Amino acid sequence: MKNYVIIGGSVASVGCIEGIRSADKEGKIIMLCKEKVPAYCRPLISYYLQKKTDFQKMKYRSDKFYQENNVELIYEECKKIDTSNKSVYTEKGIYPYDKLCIATGSSPFVPHFKGIEKIKNKFCFMTQDDALSLEKTIDKNSDVLIIGAGLIGLKCAEGLTGRVKSITICDLSTRILSSILDEESAKLMQKNLEKNGIKFLLGDSVSEFNNDSATMLSGKQIRFDILVTAVGVKPNIDIASDASIETEKGIIVDNNMLTSVPDIYSAGDCAQGYNMSSDTKSIIAIWPNAYMQGYCAGVNMAGQIKEFDNAIPMNAIGFFGLHALTAGIYKGKVYKEKSENAIKKLFFEDGKLVGYILIGNIENAGIYTSVIREKIPLSSLNSNILKKQPSLAVFNEKNRRKKLGGVV
Amino acid sequence: MKRIYVNEEWCLGCHLCEYNCAYANSGIKDMVKALKGAEINPKIHIEESGKITYAVSCRHCEDPICVKSCISGALSKKDGIVCIDKNKCIGCFTCILVCPYGAIRPSDEHAVQKCELCINNSVEMPACVKGCPNKAIVYEER
Repeated sequence: MKNYVIIGGSVASVGCIEGIRSADKEGKIIMLCKEKVPAYCRPLISYYLQKKTDFQKMKYRSDKFYQENNVELIYEECKKIDTSNKSVYTEKGIYPYDKLCIATGSSPFVPHFKGIEKIKNKFCFMTQDDALSLEKTIDKNSDVLIIGAGLIGLKCAEGLTGRVKSITICDLSTRILSSILDEESAKLMQKNLEKNGIKFLLGDSVSEFNNDSATMLSGKQIRFDILVTAVGVKPNIDIASDASIETEKGIIVDNNMLTSVPDIYSAGDCAQGYNMSSDTKSIIAIWPNAYMQGYCAGVNMAGQIKEFDNAIPMNAIGFFGLHALTAGIYKGKVYKEKSENAIKKLFFEDGKLVGYILIGNIENAGIYTSVIREKIPLSSLNSNILKKQPSLAVFNEKNRRKKLGGVV
Repeated sequence: MKRIYVNEEWCLGCHLCEYNCAYANSGIKDMVKALKGAEINPKIHIEESGKITYAVSCRHCEDPICVKSCISGALSKKDGIVCIDKNKCIGCFTCILVCPYGAIRPSDEHAVQKCELCINNSVEMPACVKGCPNKAIVYEER
C-alpha cells in the first residue's frame, strides 16, 4: 500500500486526491494543510462580502469528502522536505511518503512602501480570514484604498461596494486587469466599475504613507481608513528549493506534473508547467489549472500515466453584471466587433485561433476555448461562423454529429 | 448510462424542445401560464446555420471540464449526470468559459443553468425528448 502525502489544502490538493483515487482506492493519503479549514473556494471571498454566499456554501467539497476518500487531513504546516529519506516534516511530526505532491499555492506579495508599517488597518484579500478581518473593520463611513487593479483588487472592491463610503483603486499600470485585458477592453470594464462608484488612479501608485493618508507618485494625497494591498501573488516554493528541487519562478514540472526529483510532484499556483499559449513553462495561477494539474499529478502518483499538455491562461471575471471571458494569447491577426457595452476580439495566428477577449456577450465562449486548446486548424472549421458567433456550426457535419451523437 | 443524443438529420428546427424544457423546469402546472407571453430561457437550445438545425444541451461528458473548472464547487458529477447546485453557484461563468459545446448558459437567477436530464422535475423522460415530434432528440444508451 502506497503512502501519499500532499502538502497544501486547496483546489490542487483536492484534484490530487481525486486523481489518486481514480486509480488507487487503497493507498493512505495524508494532506497537510496550513489553513485550519478544509478546502474552500477562495475566489468566492468577494461574494461572501456581497452576502451572495457564506462559509458553509463556500466549502469546495462536501463535509464527508475527506472521510469518503480516506484522507487524513492534518492541520500542520510543512516545514521541510527530506528527499533522501522521503519524509516531510512539520513542527509536530514526520510524515514518510512514497509519492509526494507539493501544492503549497501562493501568498500575497506586499511590496514595501515607506510608512506602511504604521498603518493599523491594512489587509490582503486572499483567504477567508482576510475577508473576515476586513469585514470586521469596515463600516459605512470607511474610505478604502486598494493598491492593485488586478483580479483580486477589483473583486475586493466589488465586494465592498455598498458597505463602505468610498473605494479608490490605484495601480502603476495605465489600465485595469492589465494581465488579461488590452487597453480598449480594460476601458470598457473600468467604465462599468466607475458607474458603480469605484474611483481609479491609474499609472499612479503610493510613494509614501503618512498614517491615514497616502502621497501618490503623482503628488496627489489620498485619505483613507482602510488599506488593501492586492499587487500580486508570489508562489510558495521555499520548501521545494530548500530541498534542491528545481525552481525558477515556480516549481518546475513536466507534463506529468513531476518535479526534478523522482516521486515528487507539484500542482497549482506554486507549479511552473507547460503553457501551450506561450510555448514556455510558466505559472498559470488560475483555479481550473490548479485542479487539472492536481488531478494529473494524482493519477501519475498512483502509478497510471496521464499528461496535461494543453494548459492555457483563461479567465472568467465579472463585475456588477458585466462579464469578461478571456483565453489564450493576444497576438497575430485580430478580428474585432465592438458596441457600447460589448467587445469581441479574436486573435488568429498560423491558421489557428490562439486567443480571445469577450465582454458582454459571452455565450458559448467555451467553443472558442476548446478550438484553442485542441489547436484545431481554421481550414477544418467554418471560420465565418466562428467569427460571428461561436456555435457547433463551426465544425463540419461529421465532427458535429460525433459531438451530439456520441459519448464524449 | 442513458444520455440525450441529437440526430441533426431529423431535426426540424421547430424549437418545441426549448418550450418543453422551459415548461418542465418552470414548476408551473399549467402550460399556458408557464409559457404564454414569457420569454423562455430553456436548458436546451436550437442552433441554426443555413438549412442545418440541431439541438444542443449538456453532453454529460465522461470527463467534464466544467466540473473540473468550477470555482465554487457547484458543479459535480453524480451517477454520470453533471449536476449543478444552484445554492453554491455564484454565476462566475467559468463553466461557460470552458464548456466545448456551449451547453451551459446564464439563468434568470444568479446561477448558471444546464440540462440535468429532468431528474429534478416530475417528468419521467426528459421533456425535450418526449416532446420531439420527429424523434430527432432521443434518450438512450450508446
